[in-house]
Amino acid sequence: MSQLVIKNLHASVDNKEILKGISLTVNSGEIHAIMGPNGSGKSTLCHILMGHPKYTITSGTIELDGVSITEMAPDQRAQLGLFLSFQYPQEIPGVKYTNFLRQAKNALLAAAGQPAVKIPDFLKTLKEKIKMLKFPEDFLNRAVNEGFSGGEKKRAEILQMAIFEPKFAILDETDSGLDVDALKIVAKGAASIAKETQCGVLLITHYQRILNYIEPSFVHIMSEGRIVRSGSMDLVHEVEAKGYEPFLVTTTV
Amino acid sequence: MATQQQQDITSELTDYRYGFHDEEKYEFKSGKGLTEETVRMISAYKKEPQWMLDFRLKAYKIYREKPMPTWGSPFLQDIDFENIHYYIKPTDRKSRNWEDVPAEIKSTFDKLGIPEAERKFLAGVGAQYESETVYHSLQAHLEEKGVIFVDTDTAVQKYPELVQKYFATIVPPRDNKLAALNSAVWSGGSFVYIPKGVHVELPLQAYFRINAENAGQFERTLIIAEEGSSVHYTEGCTAPIYATDSLHSAVVEIIVHKDARVQYTTVQNWSRNVFNLVTKRAVAHENATMMWLDCNIGSKLTMKYPSIYLMGKGARGEIMSLAMANKDQHQDAGGKIFHMAPDTSSVINAKSVSLRGGRSSYRGMLQVAPGAERSRSRVTCDALLLDTQSATDTYPTMQIDENNVAIAHEATVTKISEEQLFYLMSRGLSEQEASNMIVNGFLAPLIKEFPMEYALELNRLIALEMEGSVG
Repeated sequence: MSQLVIKNLHASVDNKEILKGISLTVNSGEIHAIMGPNGSGKSTLCHILMGHPKYTITSGTIELDGVSITEMAPDQRAQLGLFLSFQYPQEIPGVKYTNFLRQAKNALLAAAGQPAVKIPDFLKTLKEKIKMLKFPEDFLNRAVNEGFSGGEKKRAEILQMAIFEPKFAILDETDSGLDVDALKIVAKGAASIAKETQCGVLLITHYQRILNYIEPSFVHIMSEGRIVRSGSMDLVHEVEAKGYEPFLVTTTV
Repeated sequence: MATQQQQDITSELTDYRYGFHDEEKYEFKSGKGLTEETVRMISAYKKEPQWMLDFRLKAYKIYREKPMPTWGSPFLQDIDFENIHYYIKPTDRKSRNWEDVPAEIKSTFDKLGIPEAERKFLAGVGAQYESETVYHSLQAHLEEKGVIFVDTDTAVQKYPELVQKYFATIVPPRDNKLAALNSAVWSGGSFVYIPKGVHVELPLQAYFRINAENAGQFERTLIIAEEGSSVHYTEGCTAPIYATDSLHSAVVEIIVHKDARVQYTTVQNWSRNVFNLVTKRAVAHENATMMWLDCNIGSKLTMKYPSIYLMGKGARGEIMSLAMANKDQHQDAGGKIFHMAPDTSSVINAKSVSLRGGRSSYRGMLQVAPGAERSRSRVTCDALLLDTQSATDTYPTMQIDENNVAIAHEATVTKISEEQLFYLMSRGLSEQEASNMIVNGFLAPLIKEFPMEYALELNRLIALEMEGSVG
C-alpha cells in the first residue's frame, strides 16, 4: 500500500503564483480525476509533481510513502515510483523506442537494487503489452515519438506505464487528440494496467468521456490553482449538465 | 603475459620491420626545425631512390615558398614549426617511458578496456604485437589475390613503378603548404593496391599493421583500386593515440578506377595537444564509388575536408563526417565534392556535437563543372550544441556551372532542450544518461555506417567524452 500526499502546495513560475495551495492524497489502487477549464493549473500541477525545473515550489510538500520528494530531481521521483504520461510527449530523434524503454526500465530497476532485465524477457513482456494496446510491432524500431501521430504518442505513453509499472501514474490529458476508438483502447489499457498493478492514478481531463472507461474513485474540480470541489462521479455529471461556470473561483480584481 | 617474451618479440619486430641488422644500426633524430639538409638526411636514412629525394626537395622548396592558410582556425597561429622534430628514428620513439604518459590517457585506456600491450603501443611506448599473427595470416590471404598492403616506405623500395605512377598525382605538393610539408618529410602510412576484379572482404586495418610510424606525424597513404575491385580501409581506433609530437599532417591519395569501390573509414582520437592537419583526396572514375567515413573526436585542432573528384560518367561519392568538439578543441571538418562528369551523384552528411565550450565548424565545397549534366547532390549538415558556451559554424561553398542538375542543401543547429531532458529524466534516467541518449540518437545515422565493432566502441567513447558534461 503506497500513498502520495500533496500538502498545501504553492508554486510559481516567473514570480507568478500558479498553484495556490493544493492538498490531495492518493492511495494505491485509487483513481482520482482532476477536471477543470483551461488555465486552471491542471497541467502545471502534473509538471510540478514530476519535478519540472521551470517551476518553483514556494511552500507545501509532496510526499511519497512518507518521503518528501518536494526537492527531488525528476529521475529520483521516477525511481521512487512516480510516472507522468505527457500531454505532449517529446521526440528523441535516432533513439529506438525499444532501446529507450529498456534503458529506462533498467535505470528504474537499478535504483530499486534489482538486476537489469534480460533482453529476451524484456522483449516478451513488451510484445504482450504492445498487443494489448493494439500497436503494430514495427513501432519498436521507430525513434522515440518521431513521426508518431498524436494518437500513437498517447498510446506509447500508456505502453510506458505498462512497462515501468509505477506506484503512481499521472495521466495528463491522455484523452486529448484521440478519436473515439483510440480513446477506448488507451483508456481501457490504462485502467487495466492500474487495476493489475494497483497503481494509484491522477487523471487530468477536460471532458468526462474518458471517465466512461476509467471510473474514478474521486473527482476534483480545479480552478485558479486551487481544488474548489471534491466528490464522486456525481460531480462529473454535474459538470456535464451545467459546465464549469458554477464551480469557478471568482477572482476579484 | 611474459614480459621477457614481449621484449623479445618487440625487438624482433623492430629489426624485421626496418630491415636493420646490428652493423647498420645508427642513431638518427633530426634536430628541431626543418632545413634542406634534414630532408636529405631523411631520404638517405631510408636509402631512397633518387627520384624520391628529388621529389622531397622540390616539395621542400614549395613548402618554404607557400604561406600558411589564412582561413580556418585561429589555433593555426599556435603551431611553432621551428620547434618540431621532423623525423625521429622509430626505435627512439619507443624509448619513451610508460611513466611519462599522462594520467588522463591511462585512465581512458582503463575505461575503454584496452589490453595492456595495446596501451603501450597506442601511447607510443612499445610495439603492439598481439595483432601480429592476425596481420600475418591476413597478409598471406591477401597476397594470394595479388593485393599489396605494406607501409609506403616499403612500397617505394619494392614497387617503385606503381608508386611512381600514382604518388602525388592526386595531392601534388603545390596543393597547400601542409601537403608540401608532408611531401618533403613523409614517413610511413599505407600503400594499398587492389588488382582488377578483386574484392577484399574484410576491412584492411592500418591498426593491425605493426608499425610505430603508422601513427606517425607525416604519414603518406596511397590506395589504388583497379577496375571492378573493392576495398574498405580503416585507420585509427577509438583509444586515444598519445603523441608528444604536436603536429600531425598526413596526406592520403586514393584512385578508384572504373566500376571499383573504396571506403575509407577514419576514427581520429589524437591526444589533445595535437594539431591534426590532413589532406585527403580521392578520384573516382567511370561508375566508381568512393566513400569517406570520417570521425574526429581527438586533437586540439583538426582541419580536414576529405574530397572526391568524380571524373567519370556515373561516378558516386559519399562523405560522412562526424565530429565531437570538447573543451579547448576545434574540429574544423567537412568535405568537398567535384562533379566533373555527367550522371555523377554525391552525398555529404556531416554531424557535429559541441560541448563544454568546444567549437565545431562545417566547411564544405560542392562544385559542378560545365557539362556535368544530370549531376545530383545532397548536402546535409547538422550541429548539436550541449551548452551555451559551445559554438558551431558552417561554411558551405557551392559553385554550380551546369543547369541540368539536382542539388539540395540543408543545415540545422539544435540545442538539447530542457523539455527533452525533462521527458527522459521523468523515466528514471539521470541527466547524464538523458544527454548521452540524445547525443547517441543524433549521431546514430552515421554510427551505423561503421563496422559493428567500431560502432560499439564509438558509442562507448562518446559516452566517455560526455562524462561530467552536465550539472
